Amino acid sequence: MNNNVVNLENVTKRFPAGKTEFTALNKINLSFGKGEFAGLVGPSGSGKTTLLNIIGSLDIPTEGKAIVLNKDIGQLSHKEAAALRNFGIGFIFQTYNLLPVYSVFDNVEFALLLQKMPSDKRKKAVMEALEWVGLADRAHSRPSTLSGGECQRVAIARAMVKKPQIVLADEPSANLDSKNSHHIVQTMKRLNQELKTTFIFSTHDEKVMQYLDRIIYLKDGMVEKDEQIITK
Amino acid sequence: MLEFKLALKNLLGSGLRTWLNVTVLSIAFVIIIFYNGMLDGWNMQATNDTRAWETGAGQFWHPDYNPYDPFTFADSHSKMEEGILALEEKEMATPVLITQATGYPGGRLVNILLKGVSPNQKILSIPSHLLKDNPDDPYYIPAIIGNRMAQNLRLKEGERVLVRWRDANGTFDAREVTITGIFKTTVPTIDAGQIWIPLEKLQELTSMTGEATYAVISPNAADLPEHTKWIYKDDKALLKDLADIMAAKKGSSRVISSLLLAIALLAIFDTQILSIFRRQKEIGTYIALGMTRMRVVRLFTIEGTTHSFLAILVGMAWGMPLLLWIQRNGIPMPANADQAGVAIADKITPYYGGGMIMATVLLVVLSSLIVSYMPTKRISKMKPTDALRGKLV
Repeated sequence: MNNNVVNLENVTKRFPAGKTEFTALNKINLSFGKGEFAGLVGPSGSGKTTLLNIIGSLDIPTEGKAIVLNKDIGQLSHKEAAALRNFGIGFIFQTYNLLPVYSVFDNVEFALLLQKMPSDKRKKAVMEALEWVGLADRAHSRPSTLSGGECQRVAIARAMVKKPQIVLADEPSANLDSKNSHHIVQTMKRLNQELKTTFIFSTHDEKVMQYLDRIIYLKDGMVEKDEQIITK
Repeated sequence: MLEFKLALKNLLGSGLRTWLNVTVLSIAFVIIIFYNGMLDGWNMQATNDTRAWETGAGQFWHPDYNPYDPFTFADSHSKMEEGILALEEKEMATPVLITQATGYPGGRLVNILLKGVSPNQKILSIPSHLLKDNPDDPYYIPAIIGNRMAQNLRLKEGERVLVRWRDANGTFDAREVTITGIFKTTVPTIDAGQIWIPLEKLQELTSMTGEATYAVISPNAADLPEHTKWIYKDDKALLKDLADIMAAKKGSSRVISSLLLAIALLAIFDTQILSIFRRQKEIGTYIALGMTRMRVVRLFTIEGTTHSFLAILVGMAWGMPLLLWIQRNGIPMPANADQAGVAIADKITPYYGGGMIMATVLLVVLSSLIVSYMPTKRISKMKPTDALRGKLV
């Protein structure tokens, strides 16, 4: 046993491409400890999203082992993988992926509904999460009435409300302007420090990178460089 | 259950599209109930009227009697057996004698059936009490006819018509009968082509004293005689023709109901297909947030099926007052509708039975469940990573 929340051993992922196969990840060996604020950086097609999908139990490795929160992703049933995502992992997407017919409150509440949390505790947790991201006053707004930055903050609140051990953020600033990019990464950094949640980003945004404690450079599905950033 | 709550939220959030589907389905729901209610109402009215006017609770037939074969009428008469006579004495049965005859209204020649019925009988609704004899005129024959017959023969109350018949020995005889009453009935089979005269008079005219062709049994009759040569026809056998016509009508109503339902269900099916196509990212998000694929399938199935619940509520809201108004006022039937040979009243009062309504609700809910589920099977094959990217499935 170790303190790592994610352990990847020789993780390989191949996708069928016509009659051949495309190797998206090639023997990746990585681990992420509790409370890390790490980023996967690399050009398009380097395997960032595929790696996040495997860590997030949305996909399984073709070869190798991915142990996330002490669970072997390749061995999980659909139900076990869903439970792992529901309780242990939060997702933040580039396009926010908010449920359009729900209010901000309903969107954030959703994960807790799946956890069958009692109503009073749930409401308290949702309002707390919205306060973390500064959107408590927009609780009853529809996502369509929010700006891109606000939508991404709702997505952060939705990922954080269940206090997961890991948050996976796939290009979270790609659709945002500079000011909003700084704002949301600062918000995530603050939550990382306050709640000791492990954040793993996929990004090629310089503005995000400057906040990261660790940058893993991927190229052609392989780890090119794994760099710890010493913050002053 | 969370899925119901989410499904309702998703549906209401979809706005106009949901309400269009719900409206179409509610129209189908109300029309199916109305159509079935009409047929059930007609069936009940026709069955009750046929029982009251023609068949009673059952009949004992002379063994040779076949109402569909007029050639049998000449020979299908005899004295009734003791058991049936005992019923008649207790006023639990009334005999009817039939003979073929020819009428000459206004010099024309018309084939008719002369039917003898007791003026004192109370089992059938035929107003036989109007068959009042004239003791001063030994040749006087009172007769009653239905309004269809009166119309066809152009006869009015008090008028006379010459009737010719053959007696039991095959001898022709003729006499004028006096129309003492014209009755209105919804049952054409006791009206068209028939003249009703007192039973004893017909027995006398045909030399068939004490004989009958069949006996109608009262609904109050208890112990029916067994092992008789006369054949007992129960209510079911006597109403078989009517039941067959109703079954055929129900068959055609099912075709129309199915078409209506199919149109409404097609809209739901289409919406489901479109939803799954358009909402792939949402499906991926549900899975990423911790739902299993089967749970998402359930959510989308419930979402589609909820259309039917909303349609039932909406249908009740606008359909119930309308259906009750129609039930109160009835549906007027066109003139001459009764010429179809089935008992049809001037107005049909629909009957909305609990069983029929429940069956319609079940039909609408189950069929919408099936069409909602069918497209969602795609979700169970969907890879969450593809769904999140909105990649076509």
